Amino acid sequence: MSTLIPSNFSRRAFLRTSSIAGGGMLIGFNLFTACKPKAEMPIDISQLNYNDFNAFIKISDDGMVTIFAPNPEIGQGVKTSMPMLIAEELDVPWEHVNVVQGKLDTENYTRQIAGGSQSIRFGWEPLRQTGATARQMLVNAAAVRWGVDASECTASQGVITNAAGETLGYGDVVKEAATLEVPENVGLKDPKDFKLIGTDAQNVDIDKIISGKPLFGLDYKAEGMVYASVLRPPAFGKTLESFDATEAKAMPGVIDVIQIGEKANHLLTNKEPNWTVQLGKSDKVVVIAKTTWEAMKAKNAIKAVWSDASPMESTEFQDRQLLDLLDGNKFNTMRKDGNVKKAFAEADEILERTYESPFLPHNCMEPMNFYANITDEKIHLVGPIQTPEPTAGMVAAMLDRDVADIELEMTRMGGGFGRRLYCDFVLEVAEIANAIRKPIKMVSSREDDMTTGVYRPAIKYRIKAGIKDGKITGYHLKEAAINDNMYGLIPNFFPAGALENYQVDVANYKSNITTGAWRAPFTNFLSFAEQSFLDELAEVLDIDPVQMRLDLLQKVKGTEDERIEYSAERMEDVINLVVEKSGLRNPKDGVYQGFCAYYCHNTHIAEVADVVLENNQPVVKKITVAVDCGVVVNPLGALNQIEGGVIDGVGHSMYGNLTFEDGKPQSDNYNSYRLIRMKEAPKVETHFVKNTLSPTGLGEPTLPPAGAAVSIAINKATGNRLYKQPFADNMNKKELIG
Amino acid sequence: MPTYNLMINGNSQSVEVASDTPLLWVLRDHLDMVGTKYGCGIGQCGSCTVHVDGTATRSCLLQVSQLEGKAIKTIEGLSEDGLHPVQEAWKEVDVPQCGYCQAGQIMTASAFLENNQNPTEDDIKNAMQGNICRCASYKRIEEAVKTAAEKMG
Ligand code: FES
Ligand code: FES
Repeated sequence: MSTLIPSNFSRRAFLRTSSIAGGGMLIGFNLFTACKPKAEMPIDISQLNYNDFNAFIKISDDGMVTIFAPNPEIGQGVKTSMPMLIAEELDVPWEHVNVVQGKLDTENYTRQIAGGSQSIRFGWEPLRQTGATARQMLVNAAAVRWGVDASECTASQGVITNAAGETLGYGDVVKEAATLEVPENVGLKDPKDFKLIGTDAQNVDIDKIISGKPLFGLDYKAEGMVYASVLRPPAFGKTLESFDATEAKAMPGVIDVIQIGEKANHLLTNKEPNWTVQLGKSDKVVVIAKTTWEAMKAKNAIKAVWSDASPMESTEFQDRQLLDLLDGNKFNTMRKDGNVKKAFAEADEILERTYESPFLPHNCMEPMNFYANITDEKIHLVGPIQTPEPTAGMVAAMLDRDVADIELEMTRMGGGFGRRLYCDFVLEVAEIANAIRKPIKMVSSREDDMTTGVYRPAIKYRIKAGIKDGKITGYHLKEAAINDNMYGLIPNFFPAGALENYQVDVANYKSNITTGAWRAPFTNFLSFAEQSFLDELAEVLDIDPVQMRLDLLQKVKGTEDERIEYSAERMEDVINLVVEKSGLRNPKDGVYQGFCAYYCHNTHIAEVADVVLENNQPVVKKITVAVDCGVVVNPLGALNQIEGGVIDGVGHSMYGNLTFEDGKPQSDNYNSYRLIRMKEAPKVETHFVKNTLSPTGLGEPTLPPAGAAVSIAINKATGNRLYKQPFADNMNKKELIG
Repeated sequence: MPTYNLMINGNSQSVEVASDTPLLWVLRDHLDMVGTKYGCGIGQCGSCTVHVDGTATRSCLLQVSQLEGKAIKTIEGLSEDGLHPVQEAWKEVDVPQCGYCQAGQIMTASAFLENNQNPTEDDIKNAMQGNICRCASYKRIEEAVKTAAEKMG
C-alpha cells in the first residue's frame, strides 16, 4: 500500500460532482479559485461549459476516465503531462484515460492552464489533489456498499479492495460516489509511490498528427465559411490613405473587399492602448473570398496608397539609439548592492564588454489564423490562442458586446513561442466577421506573418566588472532595449547575491514596431551576454570558469535576500552533473567545449557545447544538458522539449536575424530568413538531477544557455570572442580562423 | 472555370478551379483534405509535401493543371490505418512537438525510404534537409527515419 502524505489543502471548495445522463460520475473542478456558490454542474456531457469550472473529469460505469480540459497544446506536451497528474492520484491505468479538448465559454476563466512553461508548476498540487479527492469518493462509495470503514479499503489501478479481499471496479461505484459529499484534506501519494508520474507517455494527439486529421486552427471548417486575407501596412510607421480594389474584386472567388480599423481604433480609445492594437493604428484592406488561395492572390492585386504616419526605423537607427542609451544616463535601477562606482575606482583592472542581438520573428510553423462567426446573439471564435480570457474581453470591448455572448474554442497550436499570447489577429477577424456577418477565417500568409509580427526586440547589454587582488569586486549590467525592459526577478538571477557590489540598470526607447514575448523573454539573450562575460572574466582572472561559478555560489548559500529565488545548491548540482557527463575534465582531441550554468523560469540548468572545426569552420556537434526541473512527470515529453529548446537556442543565436529598412522588415519568408535545419542540429544529451521537488516547466529554460555555451565553445575553437548575434553573420571566416 | 480530374489516394476526384491553383489549396479548401499543411507557399519548408507518382513534391508549387494523369498521395492516403512503417516509427519515437510540420516530414521520409532502404546518417540528413521543424524535433525525426528504415528493410 502506498503512503499518503497529509495535505492541508481542501479540494471541497474547488470541486463539484454529479451523476451524468447515460451513466457515470462527473467532476467539475477549478484549479486556482473556489467554485462560485451557484456553480451548476451540467446534466449532460454535451452541455459542458467552462463558465464555472476549469475542467471536468468523467468516470464512466465501465471505469473509463475522460478528462475534458480547454487547455491548448502548443508543443509543450502539457495536454499529456497535466492529465497524468490527475490519473496518478486517481490511480487508474493510463490506457483508461482519454483527454478531450474542451471549449472555453467564459467570463471568469481565471488562468488558462497552458500559458507557457509555468503550467505544470502551478498545476502540480491542485491537479493531484483533484485526482486524490475523486479516488477517495470512489473508495467511500465502495465502503458504504460493503458496510465497512473506508480506511479499510484501498484503491489501485481502477480497482478498490477491502480487508476481506473483495474488489469493486471504479465503474461499479460511480453512481453512489456521485451522490456522496466531497471529502476534505485527502492525502497525496509519496513521490516514491508514483506509478504513472515519471513514466513515458506519448503525445495524446499522436494518432491524429501522423495521419493528418484536422487538429489545428488552420484546419477548422464551418458550414458556409469564407476566407479573409488582410493587407496590412507594408512598413511600421505607414498608414492607409486610400486603395483601389477594382482589379481584385474582378478576380475569381472574390466576394468582397472591405476596409477595417474603425473598431480597433474604438478599442484603442476605449481601453488602455497596448501592443495588441498597435497594428490596428492603421486601417487595413481585407479581401473576402471563397478560398484561401483566391483571397491571398487577390490581396496582391490591391493598389493601396500609404502615407508616413510615424518615423520609419532602420536597423542602423535602432543600433544607434540603443548604444546611445548605454552611453547615456537615463537608467532605471533594478537592483543595487554596495557601491559599484567605488569598486571600479579602486579596481586594478576593468573588463567591459557590449553584447548585441537583433530582432527575431516567432515564425510559428502554423501562420496566424482565426475563425469568427458573429450574429446578434452570439460571437463564436475558434482557433489557436494562448490567452483566451483577455482575448474574449478585448473582442467584447471592441464590439461593445457582452463577454457572455462569446464562445471561444481553442484548437491545437502549430507552435506558440509567445506569439499566440497576443490576439491582434483575433481582433481582426472579429472586426471582419462583425462587418460581413458570415462565418469567416482570417489566414495570414507566411509573408504577412513574418512582416507584421510582434517581435523579440533588439537588445544590447553592457557589462562591466572590476577586479582587485585577483577577485571580482564589482559587477554592473546595463540593458538597453526597445519598448520594454527585463521584469520581475530577472535582475536577481545569478550572479546577483554573490557579489558585494552589484548593480543592474535598464533603459528603453519606444518604437512603433510591435514587440513582445518570445520564448524565454529577455533571458533568451541575457544568458548569452552574462555567461560569455563570466567566461571571459575567468580568462582574465586566470581561473577555471567552472570553479569561478562554484566559488561565487558559496557566497549565496544561506542568503536571507528573498529576491534570490535560485538555489546555490541546485545550481551546484547541475554544474557538477554537466561537468561529469560532458567529459569537460578530459576533453577529446579536436573537440572544443563551452560551459555555462544558468537559472531562469524556475529551472536550474547547465550546458556544455562541443564544437569541432570542419574545413576550418566551427561546427556545433553536441550539447550536454544537466537540468533540475523537479519531478520529471513525463520523461519522453520532457526530453523532446529539452532537445527542441536547446536546438532552437543554437539555431537562433547562429542564424536568427530580422533587420529593418525604412520601417520594413527585410525578410519575409524562409528564403530570406534562416531557421536551423536537420544538418545543423547538434546532438542533445540530457541528464536530470533526480529529486522529488515540484516540477517546473521546460518549454523555455533550456533555450537561453544554449547560445552562451556555443559562443564559448567557438571561442575555444577559434580564439575569437563573439559579442553579437547571429553568430554566423558575425564570424567572418578568415578573420576568425586567421 | 476548368474542371480537372485528379487521382488522389487511389480515388478519382474532379475539381473546378482556376488552372494556376496550387495542389495544396485544392486539397485543403476544395477537397477538405487538411492533413497537407501550408507553411511558406514557396517550396522552402516542406510542410506541404505529397507524393506525385511516388516522388516527394511540394504541393504549394504544383499547379493543378500539371497534375492530370498523375498519381497523387497525401498523408491521409499514406496508409489505411495509420500503420505505414514510417507512421509506426513516428509513433514509437514520439516525434511530434506541436505536430504541424509532421505530415510533411512523414511524406518526405516515406518517399525517400521507398528508394533507399539502407540509408546512412548523411543520406537521412540530406533527404530531410528541406523540411523545417520550428519546434526542432530534428533528432527524433532522424531516429524515426532510421527506425522506419529497419522496419521496411
Ligand atoms: S508550404 Fe510548400 S514548401 Fe512550405
Ligand atoms: S513539431 Fe512543431 S514544427 Fe515540427
